[in-house]
Amino acid sequence: MSITTTPTAARSPRPGKSGRKKFDTRQYGILAALVVIVLLFQTLTGGRLLLPGNVNNVIQQNAYVLILAIGMVMVIIAGHIDLSVGSVVALVGAVAAISMTSWGLSWWAAVILSLLVGAVVGAWQGYWIAFVGIPAFIVTLAGMLMFRGLTLVLLTGGTISGLPPEFVAIGSGSLPVTGRPDLITLGIGAIAVIGVVVSQWRSRATLNRLRLPVEGAASFWIKLVIVAVAIMALAWTLSSARGMPIILVILAVLVLGYTFVLNKTVFGRHIYAMGGNMHAAVMSGVKTKWVNFFIFVNMGVLAALAGVVSTSRAGSAVASAGQNFELDAIAAVFIGGASVQGGVGTVIGAVIGGLVMGVLNQGLSILSVDAAWQQVIKGLVLLLAVAFDIVSKRRSGGR
Amino acid sequence: MSNIILRMTDISKEFSGVKALDGVSLEVERGQVHAICGENGAGKSTLMKVLSGVYPHGTFGGAIEFENHATAYRSINDSEHDGIVIIHQELALSPYLSIAENIFLGNEMSTRGVIDWNKTNREAALLLARVGLDENPATPVLELGVGKQQLVEIAKALSKRVKLLILDEPTAALNDEDSDHLLGLINHLREQGITCIIISHKLKEIRKIADTVTIIRDGKTVETFSMKQADATEARIIRSMVGRPLDSLFPPRTPQIGEEVFRVENWNVYHPVDSTRLVVDDASFHVRAGEIVGFAGLMGAGRTELAMSIFGRSYGANISGRLFKNGKEIQARSVSEAIKNGLAYATEDRKRFGLNLIGDITQNISAAALNRVSIRGVIDTNAEYAVAEGYRASMNIKAPSVGSITGKLSGGNQQKVVLSKWIYTGPDILILDEPTRGIDVGAKYEIYGIINELAARGKAVIVISSELPELIGLSDRIYAICEGRLTGEVAREDATQESLMHYMTAGRD
Repeated sequence: MSITTTPTAARSPRPGKSGRKKFDTRQYGILAALVVIVLLFQTLTGGRLLLPGNVNNVIQQNAYVLILAIGMVMVIIAGHIDLSVGSVVALVGAVAAISMTSWGLSWWAAVILSLLVGAVVGAWQGYWIAFVGIPAFIVTLAGMLMFRGLTLVLLTGGTISGLPPEFVAIGSGSLPVTGRPDLITLGIGAIAVIGVVVSQWRSRATLNRLRLPVEGAASFWIKLVIVAVAIMALAWTLSSARGMPIILVILAVLVLGYTFVLNKTVFGRHIYAMGGNMHAAVMSGVKTKWVNFFIFVNMGVLAALAGVVSTSRAGSAVASAGQNFELDAIAAVFIGGASVQGGVGTVIGAVIGGLVMGVLNQGLSILSVDAAWQQVIKGLVLLLAVAFDIVSKRRSGGR
Repeated sequence: MSNIILRMTDISKEFSGVKALDGVSLEVERGQVHAICGENGAGKSTLMKVLSGVYPHGTFGGAIEFENHATAYRSINDSEHDGIVIIHQELALSPYLSIAENIFLGNEMSTRGVIDWNKTNREAALLLARVGLDENPATPVLELGVGKQQLVEIAKALSKRVKLLILDEPTAALNDEDSDHLLGLINHLREQGITCIIISHKLKEIRKIADTVTIIRDGKTVETFSMKQADATEARIIRSMVGRPLDSLFPPRTPQIGEEVFRVENWNVYHPVDSTRLVVDDASFHVRAGEIVGFAGLMGAGRTELAMSIFGRSYGANISGRLFKNGKEIQARSVSEAIKNGLAYATEDRKRFGLNLIGDITQNISAAALNRVSIRGVIDTNAEYAVAEGYRASMNIKAPSVGSITGKLSGGNQQKVVLSKWIYTGPDILILDEPTRGIDVGAKYEIYGIINELAARGKAVIVISSELPELIGLSDRIYAICEGRLTGEVAREDATQESLMHYMTAGRD
């Protein structure tokens, strides 16, 4: 398998501190920013931000951004953009509502139909982008108009409400509770803590075995303790409100699943390779057209899921649903450290970016800051986050 | 009657410690066509950039006198002001603007910012007549072929009252008819008193048009002589161009050559945009197991185009011809099909086409063969790491860890990553395009060792290189390519730099 060129290939010096993605300072930077923002608003609101009801709200109200951001980060890593997701959210909401109220579909059949609609929408856009070669900006801008228009056609300008309670529960319901504090929520929290500890410990063991650079034991364990405490604090807070939000379970599955897809699968690797250097990916035999196609199919399905979640949370389908959702998702991805040139970005970063935006929303709302000013502040945060990224890269002598 | 318009004395220029020009002197007589010849990398283009102010005054050594005045150009604008205009090989026209707009771009016929279109088009028409281009000045440039675009460039130069016109490889991208027209025009301009410097690889062309020729090798002037002399032959030019010292040593190797592994028959490739231009013209060649076959050709001869079109049709249009592996015909219609059939191609430009520079060594090494470290689409990152670590050791890639970002490695180490990537695909036929470009001598020796090792393991290896000593030192057999045609095949024993250069410049008459 290997070939020997010099009799004894001199071992390079002991591995330095550079290296694995796991020590990405940028990611800790954005996590630290989230903590600072949370603490800031906790102080400014006199402790109201982290009241159980508000925590529950932050999660349920921002679930759609987080779901969209997961799909969007893959789109952006590959060097594209998707402006249509807000309209897709509205379209899927309309289809779901009509299928349940007019066609009498059960709630789960409506969810499956919604995801299929999302896949078809994604395949439509993916076809034009991947196989015809039209820039994603144009295709999804057209999609933004078309799907919004189709929503208006379907809803004929009106609103459809009276959705089945099971459907509404997806976005605003919780798992059953056992009382206060709710043992199910605490149990899930405990399982999550055990999962995090075991997986981190195992990946550390692997790094050690491969003699790759690992961080010091002290900082490793301190970090784990902080994460464990944070998870249990969240579980405790939720357990004293309405219990475990169903949407949080869905989000956890998505984050784990897509982190796996991006880090561990050939598909994920091809996305990074194409974003990093399209020419090199082509010359390495990556089937770039199909990868692009499936990135957009996937985005369509996730946009549909976001549509289901936000429609269920609203309890009704309206033609104006999902407005500016694409901008929230794109902002979340860039705040989360993705690169405008493509090739860089993580699911967890995008989710943290989405949470930064969500906490800002919630905190500013509690402080009853005017909605107009909220937009100004969010815009500034996006600009500063990306500016910080670019300036710090320049300083560290990046390209 | 000596009437010197340009005198460059003892010009030297360094790029981060590497001497590109080392005491070049050049004298050009007014009203002559002066040809500059030299191998790839001899320093011709650098010299012209020094002259035209692309490298500002003060960043190079030596003195330049133009029309008996010392120059101190700080930009192209300064030199153009004096009437020195350079036309680069890659034309610099704006495709969606009209001919007239292009001619006067940056030099508009305007009063207080408002363009006088009548005057613009009238003047442009006069200039077009001078260069013999029968086109409406309002025609967008993108509707013109390369040959006509070249004429627009010259018209643009004339609009700037050019005294010294520098043409860098003006006919490299032209077909025979356009080339002839261009040479005729240069003759015509000479009669009007415009001095011309022409950089060219095509010796027949030089014989046709030049009054004087200067030969540059390794950043030094070798000689200047008049083409009217009796002994001003192509052979003499070739002799002066080559003869680079054999400064790189080659690791010892005893070739063990087996059966034919790879054969290409009647391979034709057309230019992807200009569908009338044949870029590879009926090429047929073969490579045997354990054999290293070199491809020699000057810039633009079609070497890379040949390799890329074979490797999954990554270049060109209307490709025809047949590929055989071990006697059986194979298809390589896409890169992945080519890889599946045991082909590998390490590109000439490793930064643009070879590496994901923001990715780490591990990702780059596995990039073309992820199927070998994955099961049902899931990558076994530990296995992948082990593969990368194995290559880091065996190829002696100098990096802190296989997690290092490839963009931060030296050229030699980047090239080793590229080679590792292709070796890991398990190829039978490797095409290495300029495998040692931009690499220091020590790393070169290591790369040669890797190439020898590949041949020793029975691979068929094709090496494309601009450095003739390298090809002669490495190859068992060398094909020469010129203007898309294979013009010669030389065995290692018979290969000299002169014989190769003879084939490499054997263009059509």
